[in-house]
Amino acid sequence: MSVFPYLVAGWILLIGLYGMVRSRDAIHTIGCLAVAQSSTYVLLLAVGYRRGGTSPYFSDTPKSTTVVDPVVQALALTDVVVGATVTALLLALAIQLRKRHGTIDPDSLTGLKG
Amino acid sequence: MSRRLRTCLFLAAAVVLAAFYAAACTGLPHFAGLVHPYGTRAVAAAFRQRTANVISSINFDQRAFDTLGEESILFAAVLGAIVLLRRARDEREAAPAPGRVMPSTRLFGTVMLPITLLTGFYIVAHGQLSPGGGFQGGVILATGLHLAYIAADYRALERIRPLASLDVADALAAGAFAALGFVGIAKGAAYLQNVLPLGTFGQLSSGGLVPVINAAVGVEVGSGIVVLIAHFIDQAVEIESPSTQDGQRPDDASGADGGNR
Amino acid sequence: MNGIAQYLVVVALLLVAASATAAALARDPVTQSTLLAMLGIALAVLFTVLQAPDVALSQLAVGTAVTPLLILLTVRKVRRGTGDGADGKRGESTDPDTPSRDARGRRR
Repeated sequence: MSVFPYLVAGWILLIGLYGMVRSRDAIHTIGCLAVAQSSTYVLLLAVGYRRGGTSPYFSDTPKSTTVVDPVVQALALTDVVVGATVTALLLALAIQLRKRHGTIDPDSLTGLKG
Repeated sequence: MSRRLRTCLFLAAAVVLAAFYAAACTGLPHFAGLVHPYGTRAVAAAFRQRTANVISSINFDQRAFDTLGEESILFAAVLGAIVLLRRARDEREAAPAPGRVMPSTRLFGTVMLPITLLTGFYIVAHGQLSPGGGFQGGVILATGLHLAYIAADYRALERIRPLASLDVADALAAGAFAALGFVGIAKGAAYLQNVLPLGTFGQLSSGGLVPVINAAVGVEVGSGIVVLIAHFIDQAVEIESPSTQDGQRPDDASGADGGNR
Repeated sequence: MNGIAQYLVVVALLLVAASATAAALARDPVTQSTLLAMLGIALAVLFTVLQAPDVALSQLAVGTAVTPLLILLTVRKVRRGTGDGADGKRGESTDPDTPSRDARGRRR
């Protein structure tokens, strides 16, 4: 149990990369990138978990409560939203690719054009 | 490089990566361990700044400069996507005919739209107290707005979505975050240092700079994602590309088996 | 209480691993976007169990709504102009007004 969550994060990264390597479709590649990206959230939050800790808010709990590590949560939180906009940028590039080259299969893009 | 060779190469690299990663995992602090030196210090610092939500305190106060960087990435990504998706000279817009909507869907959307928007505002406004903040609330506001698309049609969405002002709001909010940092300098402290009155712990007005930056980030994320989705919907629904005439090479028409060269 | 929390974490982790595998191995981007939404829900459950409601909230909004929606819209755009698609059923039709398969059914 002590390393299982870390290994799950590693598995998600590898399976996402595998999907990207096998991909025949730029949109599919971007989806796999989103999968690989989610491994970082799992790893970060797993590192920050504390046995018996509650979530780090003190609105209605005493200040002596044991909480999980908030630093890694702050890192993961911004990355979730920023990652989505970067995914959108990549999808916009895929649309441009389709417009300019007529294909979104990465293997068909053999040479520079234009 | 052929697909088979590429896959083999990847699998070899993956085995090496997996082995070293698994070895490295044994050196990490054990899962659910009790020692978190950074977390303990961050919680103590959040108490000093009278911010009940420690995560907001880290994001918008203790590590605000880091969040400024993240937020700039967000702004740049939205900007880049908009530039890539703008209508080209050889494309034309075709207005889509409104589709039929089931009455139950319409009712559901009409009821849920104000509730979702209110929830979004609540989550942005209470970011310094309870789970939430500019990033999450902004996304909820942006996606909630699109209930109008589900409940009615694209015209209705365009009416409640002033795209031009949202464009401006996105840029202004991104700039506001950077500008708010100078409040610290004006008061003789460091850039983005929390120098506003801190208020009472647990009150809506607590946390000094945190709720202000939260609001700026909420506006930026919300308007940014609305603008982003709007351009994607425009591309998918309205804009006709002439790619079938000149953009497409004949050998690509077969699609799936075009890659084995 | 501690024991139950540990089991919940393990179940959520297995759920995340399974849905991530399914999403990465899906061939069709439309199928993949649905599986990505499921991955988003699984991640939100995991984050909640790991006491991170803030991250779960943004993951729920982003992972299950924004990312799959953008992928579906991109697929629609990319397949609309061609008349052929990954499904390949419409052959070589180059008529741009061919009713394309639509993620949102009623738009055309």
